[in-house]
Amino acid sequence: MPPSDDVVLRVENLVKHFPVKGRIPFVSGGVVKAVDGVSFDLRRGETLGVVGESGCGKSTLARMLVGLEQPTSGAVRFGKSVVHQAKGRELRALRRRIQIVLQDPYTSLNPRRTIREILLQPFEIHPDVLDRRRRVERIKELLDLVGLDASLHLDRYPHQFSGGQRQRIGIARALALNPDVIVCDEPVSALDVSVQAQVVNLLERLQDELGVAYVFIAHDLSVVRHISDRVAVMYLGKLVETGPEIDLYDSPRHPYTSALLSAVPVPDPAGRRQRQRILLAGDPPSPVNPPSGCRFRTRCWQATDTCATTEPPLATGAHPVACHYPLAA
Amino acid sequence: MSLLEIDDLRVAFPSPNGPVNAVNGVSLEVDSGRTLAILGESGSGKSVTAQAVMGILDVPPATVSGSVRLQGRELLNLPRKQRERISGEEIGMVFQDAMAALNPVFTIGHQIMEVLRVRRGMSRADARRRAIELVDRVRIPAARDRLRDYPHQFSGGMRQRIMIALAISLEPDLLIADEPTTALDVTVQAQVMELLAEIQRDSGMGLLLITHDLGVVAEVADEVAVMYAGRIVERGTVEQIFAGPAHPYTEGLLASMPRVDRRDEQLYAIPGAPPNPARLPTGCPFHLRCPRATDECLVTLPPLHALPADRASACHHHEEVLGATQR
Ligand SMILES: Nc1ncnc2c1ncn2[C@@H]1O[C@H](COP(=O)(O)OP(=O)(O)OP(=O)(O)O)[C@@H](O)[C@H]1O
Ligand SMILES: Nc1ncnc2c1ncn2[C@@H]1O[C@H](COP(=O)(O)OP(=O)(O)OP(=O)(O)O)[C@@H](O)[C@H]1O
Ligand code: SF4
Ligand code: SF4
Ligand SMILES: [Mg+2]
Ligand SMILES: [Mg+2]
Repeated sequence: MPPSDDVVLRVENLVKHFPVKGRIPFVSGGVVKAVDGVSFDLRRGETLGVVGESGCGKSTLARMLVGLEQPTSGAVRFGKSVVHQAKGRELRALRRRIQIVLQDPYTSLNPRRTIREILLQPFEIHPDVLDRRRRVERIKELLDLVGLDASLHLDRYPHQFSGGQRQRIGIARALALNPDVIVCDEPVSALDVSVQAQVVNLLERLQDELGVAYVFIAHDLSVVRHISDRVAVMYLGKLVETGPEIDLYDSPRHPYTSALLSAVPVPDPAGRRQRQRILLAGDPPSPVNPPSGCRFRTRCWQATDTCATTEPPLATGAHPVACHYPLAA
Repeated sequence: MSLLEIDDLRVAFPSPNGPVNAVNGVSLEVDSGRTLAILGESGSGKSVTAQAVMGILDVPPATVSGSVRLQGRELLNLPRKQRERISGEEIGMVFQDAMAALNPVFTIGHQIMEVLRVRRGMSRADARRRAIELVDRVRIPAARDRLRDYPHQFSGGMRQRIMIALAISLEPDLLIADEPTTALDVTVQAQVMELLAEIQRDSGMGLLLITHDLGVVAEVADEVAVMYAGRIVERGTVEQIFAGPAHPYTEGLLASMPRVDRRDEQLYAIPGAPPNPARLPTGCPFHLRCPRATDECLVTLPPLHALPADRASACHHHEEVLGATQR
């Protein structure tokens, strides 16, 4: 289904600062600026990929999107509701509509519950969604949807499944209440390549059939390219570039995006001698004390004095970039 | 004679459900100055193969048979002392998790100098000078000052480079790197792989690189051995294997991997999951997942057939596979 223009989730200037324990009691050690002003729209039925290096704030963003983490400021809007202000009935409705799938299929399922119990749980929390007598039928449908045989699997425990099967169970649980949005935080990172392709294909098929929108978070740029309609690149708590998959991958405009893409190994030994690689020096700086001006300037080969004093804003438009000297598109 | 020669290596671990046959007759060679990549999914026996070469498996309970020769000398039947000396001095090893390989309570300077003093009998001053050289060699800025720091004071990428410094400190002939960049971000992974390639170029050591990342293999390997269920199912040069695999498992792996430089409409997904090494199926261990399986595959274990151009495939239908994948 081609992504339509109506927005399901609107993220406005989202910020999350974690206090750091100082060395001296009662004196603050500062804050970790985990997410520091992120805005984007997620459209109905589309997949927005989010990429960035470890610690750039991807999981913190994911947890705020689904209401598991309270933002320091900013808002996540779903229809007329604001995720972190909703209460009572409104909050329960939101919880139904926005779901999350986590990286680790080994820890995200309760080891002491059978698959039947795990999949029935969403209906116990939201009993008005489906009549009690029809629930077992529904969870069998769900297992069928994700390619598992209900007659074999319903009364087994998570440890009796492979990693890829557990990830399917996590996806079935996320789908139980017919959500509009599923936030996937590294859903295939723990899986072997052969099994990873099964889960990626499953997510794509479910989107075609059900029209659900995904925020797909991963550090693997190849997987994100494959599944996303649009992609957002994150660096130290901020988005530095967003755009349609093809534009961002084939003509990156931010130096960081360009370096990130050039570092990804390509499974083509014939071309390896010709490949131009931008080797970035060092690691990302600490989010407690991010560099002034542009946060990427300590690793950027184009940085000037302006970059140290003035923070480049993320422009608006179809392919916005936060850089004073964007690369030629 | 190759630098490292492994013949029919077998490793089994006892378990309540019978023996876990982790390595089932692996044969391979690594030449000086060359990189052999062992590619395979989780549980296929890559690390156990490396551990058997290093002699760091607990025997018993594990049982090890076959032959492992370094510069022509058999390692498997050496007395423990001698074995330890060889794996300490002539083989260097780099692991996925540097934090587990480095001692958290000693400074990195102490750890590198200790190796040089014990194994090479260097004086304190010489060991210190050499340690600075090594840490500088792996591109840690301000090497002299950083010798005083503890492992936790370095980033993940830096710790990985310090482990490389330690592994090359005795100028080994062979370096075994077991998933050296799996835990790292791509930008840092690129730095570390570049460093390993450079050190290898300068020193001429052989590199046995273990990974499940097809992209990394394509970037750095000369030869490739693909493992499945404790066996080598395909062997060849990196160009041969990526241009046209001769085994359905390799064929499936290549088709299931998304690429960063183009967008494929649909990924091929190998059905099912790798088998449990305590309960391997009869016949070809891949037959339950193989689109080319025939009746023969269910009952007869395919040997590693030698193919033209010095490559090999453990598939009954290797000719058909090659015919289909060769472009
Ligand atoms: N509860 C917390 N308290 C303090 N700091 C936190 C907390 N959660 C996250 N952080 C910090 O916020 C930053 C962003 O973390 P986050 O987990 O969102 O990164 P990520 O992009 O998901 O990384 P990864 O790719 O490793 O999963 C990191 O510096 C992390 O240490
Ligand atoms: N010490 C041990 N005792 C019992 N079984 C073991 C032991 N070490 C490894 N195994 C088993 O041997 C098999 C091969 O393990 P190995 O660690 O070599 O896999 P691998 O290919 O390195 O996988 P990964 O990519 O996950 O590191 C696995 O089934 C593993 O569970
Ligand atoms: S603003 Fe300056 S430092 Fe930042 S990415 Fe652009 S050129 Fe580099
Ligand atoms: S021997 Fe048969 S089952 Fe095994 S890989 Fe070849 S075709 Fe497939
Ligand atoms: Mg995360
Ligand atoms: Mg391993």
